[in-house]
Amino acid sequence: MENREKEVLKVSAIKNGTVLDHIPSEQLFRVIDILRLNLSTTPITFGMNLDSKSLKSKAIIKISDRFFEDDEINRIALIAPNASMNIIRNFEVIEKRVLSIPETITGIVRCINPVCVTNHQEIETKFHTYEKDGKIELHCHYCEKTTGLKNLKIITNDR
Amino acid sequence: MAKSLISIHDFSKEEILHILEVAREFEQNKSQTFLSDKVIACIFFEPSTRTRLSFETASNRLGARVIGFPDAGNTSVRKGESLKDTIKMVSNYADLIVMRHPLEGSARYASEVASVPVINAGDGANQHPTQTLLDLYSILQTQGTLENLTINMVGDLKYGRTVHSLLQAMSHFSPSFIFTAPEELKMPEEYKNFLSQKEIPYSETLDLNEHLKTTDILYMTRVQQERFTDPMEYERVKDTYRLTARLLEGVRDNMKVLHPLPRLTEIANDVDETPYAYYFKQAENGVYVRMAIIAYLLGKR
Repeated sequence: MENREKEVLKVSAIKNGTVLDHIPSEQLFRVIDILRLNLSTTPITFGMNLDSKSLKSKAIIKISDRFFEDDEINRIALIAPNASMNIIRNFEVIEKRVLSIPETITGIVRCINPVCVTNHQEIETKFHTYEKDGKIELHCHYCEKTTGLKNLKIITNDR
Repeated sequence: MAKSLISIHDFSKEEILHILEVAREFEQNKSQTFLSDKVIACIFFEPSTRTRLSFETASNRLGARVIGFPDAGNTSVRKGESLKDTIKMVSNYADLIVMRHPLEGSARYASEVASVPVINAGDGANQHPTQTLLDLYSILQTQGTLENLTINMVGDLKYGRTVHSLLQAMSHFSPSFIFTAPEELKMPEEYKNFLSQKEIPYSETLDLNEHLKTTDILYMTRVQQERFTDPMEYERVKDTYRLTARLLEGVRDNMKVLHPLPRLTEIANDVDETPYAYYFKQAENGVYVRMAIIAYLLGKR
């Protein structure tokens, strides 16, 4: 197991950049969307349906020559709470970071309430995050309704 | 950003008590024209005659001039103008905006776009904080206190925003609650959890008779047809409760019946003649409370 994972890393090792690991496979494309990786001009490798000890099946993203700010990368914590970020310099992992869900989330998620003003006017959505019974809930700053993680609708870039 | 009133959570306990005190001042002295240099915009994107007239009366009694529209029908909104642009424009004309809008969250958004205070006169099924404040004022005026009262809420406790806001506002004053509702319209779990967290006692019943004699405030509500997606469900529950003068025999002397109005069949006309009926006076109180809110947000009280 341990060896295989190393093998995967080796195959597509990057010199400088960011490796996002332990993303649930089914969330890979949403992560790409949120980080707008489709617009990236640097080399990127994706892997999905990889074996994982902690997840049923994980995905991994390696982005060359790109480094993320905390609030940029924490945006994916909503859908990949256990993801980790490794910062690579000269083929070495120089820093490992675990993601955390930000207190306020703007512009990623659509409000679940069909009569919320953000679903009718050109307004950036805004949510305050709360933990309830170990689950994260999003309270809409505008209509005050709660969107659970189960019902999350991600705003895609190409709408 | 100017101080606005969008949700009842925007006001602390102290601010709530301050508003109620100022409202009392205006009830004793109904016309005080110290806002004669002010223009107040009452913009109603959906009609609500009662609320609009109450706000316009309050503005007039303070001496302010009123501009605005009673529904979105003949405005540039119909031409497709965004809410943002309408608010930007109106806040250049007026010193304060009173807004009603069918979309939830629209008032919060307006307060972020406007350069003047915004009062939410109802944003869909979300918030209607001036209703809550006038309910509190009515409770204070009839009971002499807000503390340690038993509030019996009756009817649509599931969709009724007035009962939800009142419940949250009353939580400052160590109340006990009774929730009288049919199975389909029971108080949602999130509000019951809120009370449990604050250690506020409540009990639930299907029977209007059960707790009538231990109630201080009987808060009746209308079952709102527009909230139902299933017309059969509405038909099933709409006439569940009907308060009559006979039912009120033997209740506490201090007990008062409140209702946000308009009422349908839930309060019989013969209740109007009893000393317990307070709903018309409650509506009148709305003017004094709205005067107090306007004066407070404009920094005059």
